[in-house]
Amino acid sequence: MAYVAVKGGERAIDAAHAWRAEARRGDPAIPALSTGQIAGQLGRAVERVMAEASLHDPELAALAIRQAEGDLIEAAFLLRAFRTTLPRFGAALPLETGRMAVRRRISAIFKDVPGGQILGPTTDYTHRLLDFSLLDDPPPPPAPRAEDPPGPMPRVATLLEAEGLLRPEPPGEAPPFDITREPLAHPAPRDARLQGLARGDEGFLLGMGYSTQRGYGGSHPFAGEIRMGAVTVEIIPDELGFPIDIGEIVLTECQMVNQFHGSRTEPASFTAGYGLAFGQADRRAMAMALLDRAMQAAELGEAVTAPAQNPEFVLAHADNIEATGFVEHLKLPHYVDFQSEAEAVRRLRAAARAEAAE
Amino acid sequence: MKGYNFAYLDEQTKRMIRRAILKAVAIPGHQVPFGGREMPLPYGWGTGGIQVTAAILGPRDVLKVIDQGADDTTNAVSIRRFFARVAGIATTTRTAEASVIQTRHRIPETRLRADQILVYQVPQPEPLYRLEPSRAAARRLHALAEYGAMHVRLYEDIARLGQVAISYDYPVLVNRRYLTSPSPIPAFDNPKLHRMAALQLFGAGREKRIYAIPPYTEVRSLDFEDHPFRPHRADAACALCGSRESYLDEVLTDDRGGRIFVCSDTDYCAGRAA
Repeated sequence: MAYVAVKGGERAIDAAHAWRAEARRGDPAIPALSTGQIAGQLGRAVERVMAEASLHDPELAALAIRQAEGDLIEAAFLLRAFRTTLPRFGAALPLETGRMAVRRRISAIFKDVPGGQILGPTTDYTHRLLDFSLLDDPPPPPAPRAEDPPGPMPRVATLLEAEGLLRPEPPGEAPPFDITREPLAHPAPRDARLQGLARGDEGFLLGMGYSTQRGYGGSHPFAGEIRMGAVTVEIIPDELGFPIDIGEIVLTECQMVNQFHGSRTEPASFTAGYGLAFGQADRRAMAMALLDRAMQAAELGEAVTAPAQNPEFVLAHADNIEATGFVEHLKLPHYVDFQSEAEAVRRLRAAARAEAAE
Repeated sequence: MKGYNFAYLDEQTKRMIRRAILKAVAIPGHQVPFGGREMPLPYGWGTGGIQVTAAILGPRDVLKVIDQGADDTTNAVSIRRFFARVAGIATTTRTAEASVIQTRHRIPETRLRADQILVYQVPQPEPLYRLEPSRAAARRLHALAEYGAMHVRLYEDIARLGQVAISYDYPVLVNRRYLTSPSPIPAFDNPKLHRMAALQLFGAGREKRIYAIPPYTEVRSLDFEDHPFRPHRADAACALCGSRESYLDEVLTDDRGGRIFVCSDTDYCAGRAA
């Protein structure tokens, strides 16, 4: 009977999983992807998954991408669900991005800056022509190396702060809020907002950041500095009491510099929007910085008129794991509620018919 | 299950959730924020209910899971298997045999007892969200018990349509204080919320809220003196067990308008048909 067919069951679920596993592997005549290949050759995908999962582990991110068949939101979900089960043994010291081993560093607001401009391994000036030679996979010619190691590169924001041009950042609260452990309440403090943006969906951050440039909450941004490179992570173990180096991670940091007209109590200055992302992720870091600045509108006494300036709106909808779950849950059965609604519509139609007959 | 704590969540997390539950029981109908965790099931699939269940399960509990009133819907099967796997506890489809019942969209037809707990999966814990999308603003309205907007919404239905057109997730006032979402159960089920002997716990994973209706608490569906709340069901009898009291699902049997009605509560139906 049809009634039985609409109900799923254990056998249906098992069969679906088996079919999925077969489809995931694809043609067995073609060698399977290794996680090393994914981590080594699809680095941007791995970095995005690590960012949206809030877990720095290239190998596990590569595994998640393979398991998710390249669906990066699904991969971030797999990695996040794993992250939740991990014990936390401590918090790292604040990263010193000013002491980054810089691979890329550009500033759009000065022709030159101390330490110089370094393009790094960017695609910014490639011509977007499909490279058919990659089909044959020839090894690339060796890239030229700089003869001298780069000198010290102070952060551009630090230089502006020294002159008083950039509004100084108020010191952060310690310990910082943790959105993975505590429920977010609004108005959310800036540390919680930055965490929400750091794991937010890249497409959403990009679209919302873009909206500020098109007049929905604009703040006249300049790319003060974008830098990418390896940073040392340090922790202070309880039993030692002094910092030890536990490794390096590659980060992209973006400082947007924005106009601020000043208020009754403060002279005019520039204000900063901050973006930080794992790996080489200009787009993500820049969009995050635009949004961070837009979300400071209320604190700076600016009129809050656009969605990007509303932290509750942005943070509640930036999380793609939450969003995809709730959008896709509509495919779960809803027939009890639909039945209720159908009865209500029938009642209303019957009442309307009776009224028309009178 | 190897590598995982009993019922999946670590004990610290369970303690945090239990504290939220205790607070929720102490303030009936009030939404308590909790540090909801990522679960290995997607948001929208019952992660809030699953976290509440995981926090209250003991090794001797017997778990029943229903979705749309039925034990054999895919997601109910999946959640029941999850707990059988990570907690190794006994499961059942019999309402009377369960000590914990996790549900999505229904309250069982069989009257629940004081030694049972009903755990609801909640997609949207904030009953005011269609009227006030900002949760910060809605919180203020709850603090002031300022629920006029919801009464106006009901009044507008009556003025335009002659009746209230909300047919599920019908808002209730718990313990004469907090406006509360009963989760998307059909309005037909609302009277069962009132003075239920069992503890009712509500978990919203994505929105990170827990709330509760303690046993025997007064729960009133919002209405007016001249337009009292009226639950509805399809005017038919179950094609399998003949019940005229239970909530019915409509099943299309052909493409020429043929249809039958059957109980949504499969355990109740099977018990009567036997």
